[in-house]
Amino acid sequence: MDIHEYQAKALLSEFGMPVAKGGIAYSPEQAAYRAKELGGEKWVVKAQVHSGARGKAGGIRVCSTENEVMQAANELLGRRLVTNQTGPQGKLIGRLYIEEATDIGREIYLAFALDRSSERIMCVASAAGGMDIEEIAVSSPESIVRVPIEPAVGMQDFQAREIAFALGMEAGQLAEAVKALKACYRAFRDLDATMVEVNPLVVTGDGRIIALDAKMGFDDNALFRRPQISELRDKSQEDPREMNAADRGLSYVGLDGNIGCIINGAGLAMATLDMIKHVGGEPANFLDIGGGASPERVAKAFNLVLSDAGVDAILVNIFAGINRCDWVAEGVIQAMEKLKVPVPVVVRLSGTNVELGRQILADSKVDLITADTLAEAAEKAVAAAKTQQTRGDA
Amino acid sequence: MSIFLDQNTRVIVQGYTGRIGTFHAREMIEYGTNLVGGVTPGKGGERHLERPVFNTVKDAVRETGAEASVVFVPPPFAADAIMEAADAGIRFCVCVTDGIPAQDMMRVKRYMRRYKREDRMTLTGPNCAGTISPGKAMMGIMPGHIYMQGNVGLIGRSGTLGYEAASQMKAIGIGISTSVGIGGDPINGSAFRDHLERFEQDPETRLVVMIGEIGGPQEAEAAAYARDHMQKPVLAYIAGLTAPKGRTMGHAGAIVTSAGESAAEKVEILRAAGVGIIVRPSEFGNAVGEALASL
Repeated sequence: MDIHEYQAKALLSEFGMPVAKGGIAYSPEQAAYRAKELGGEKWVVKAQVHSGARGKAGGIRVCSTENEVMQAANELLGRRLVTNQTGPQGKLIGRLYIEEATDIGREIYLAFALDRSSERIMCVASAAGGMDIEEIAVSSPESIVRVPIEPAVGMQDFQAREIAFALGMEAGQLAEAVKALKACYRAFRDLDATMVEVNPLVVTGDGRIIALDAKMGFDDNALFRRPQISELRDKSQEDPREMNAADRGLSYVGLDGNIGCIINGAGLAMATLDMIKHVGGEPANFLDIGGGASPERVAKAFNLVLSDAGVDAILVNIFAGINRCDWVAEGVIQAMEKLKVPVPVVVRLSGTNVELGRQILADSKVDLITADTLAEAAEKAVAAAKTQQTRGDA
Repeated sequence: MSIFLDQNTRVIVQGYTGRIGTFHAREMIEYGTNLVGGVTPGKGGERHLERPVFNTVKDAVRETGAEASVVFVPPPFAADAIMEAADAGIRFCVCVTDGIPAQDMMRVKRYMRRYKREDRMTLTGPNCAGTISPGKAMMGIMPGHIYMQGNVGLIGRSGTLGYEAASQMKAIGIGISTSVGIGGDPINGSAFRDHLERFEQDPETRLVVMIGEIGGPQEAEAAAYARDHMQKPVLAYIAGLTAPKGRTMGHAGAIVTSAGESAAEKVEILRAAGVGIIVRPSEFGNAVGEALASL
């Protein structure tokens, strides 16, 4: 789960990370009021969407009068911000963060992530901030510092000092830098984060350290014990179909193709999508309905896949392990009878009682195409999608 | 004995009396697994499925001589259950539970390092289907009948894709020595590499098939191991060609976050290390058949 910049800053600040003063606004009037409340002569109006690269996309505006703040807010609120991370549909700007402007001396990259290789929390930092880490890895790889944190004892002062010196901090800034680094680490650890990124961490003109931007992601598997994090969820930032699927215990990822997919198990689902691609088709979605594949789940899956108007054919690939193919076949037929699926459906069953399952499909009055192997299923789905598309065009 | 278990291996179930534990314990017994009892804290002294229930894993090990454990404990308590097994002297643990927080697994891995290598429990999973040595015994949730006994070693992240591969092989008369599920989580108990090492030493195994997917470094680590240390041929399939960067594809660990983690990159790394690539997931049976024929 992701959260907004202002939420991440509030969390990090509780752990001791210095941040600039700011306030949230849902309307242009409120934005102007926030600026007045903050005082000063310069403010930054920041679109709160779950994406990086907001500046380049025009989502961050520097303003010098309350009027400018109001105008910027007026332009941003209600618009969809398209960044290089959001996809062409962009993300809705529903709230703004109004922050006092910071006098930037230099910019540093700082992140903590779960490192799968060392199986530890890893601090990644670079004095070449202001770019994303992929760009830094290309332009100045030697500037990147990586420090793994031992989980039994947590981040030690000496580690934070080593990082601070590698980032070019001066003696007078050391205590503050150590505090900021340990704040990020503790927030990561104590809140079950999967990522904390402060990019940039800024050294101000007068030598103070401030988190100018902040991004946090959280482990969905740990939300049961972090109710305060679950509350920060902003559903307007999520894909409605994926959210709908997740709420029903299904795992869905929308893709660009036209063959809808209903599969049990994540690995088999990825492999089925691969197979479609190998025989010249494009999958419309990833969908794992879980091990069970009960009739109710199959029906929900059909609804979900059909909510994508671009779907020209559906491929159902179920491996019945503990449950039986005859039971899955009946579930598929029930779902199709009830829903009147408007596109061709290819069904491939395998596993327990496969002969009986295939017989049930063959004997049913429902209009479906059956396949015995994975390759055959993918080929038939691609062919059916093509026919359907031609029919649609004509 | 196969690499982890046979019909004599004494197995317990943690989370024994729960709905899921009961269902799968029954399936395992039916398959021929030597299930000697189970653990549910607070139900010690009762009997379940005609076998004793214990309060702690230590009690179960003392009373039954259990060597292996299958964990069905719910996510919030599963890490604790794994550490309990490790501390009680269990040698081989399969954790089926899906949904364990990543930092819990980080702590489990750190905790297990306190035991000397020779005393350390082997953990597979979490979020895996389990391990089976066909014709002998199984620990997990897989349908036993789809596997034929034979001499191909199988290591995979996914349950149903592993079933697909095993059925394709069975359909053309190819059997499996042991199939090991390592699970789809970002931090798991053991990796492809660990099991390649065991299969290389296993007299029942002539060839190994790896079924990997996008995300994480473990397929690349296995490639280097196969290149440097293995005589037996290794074949691999990597799922997730169509996966967009930064999106989780069902498994918590199936996400491309950095370079080298996409399916295409992993295939290149494996190919360069001399691992045979199974290009299409419809070719598990034929590819393995051809590789066996050329041995």
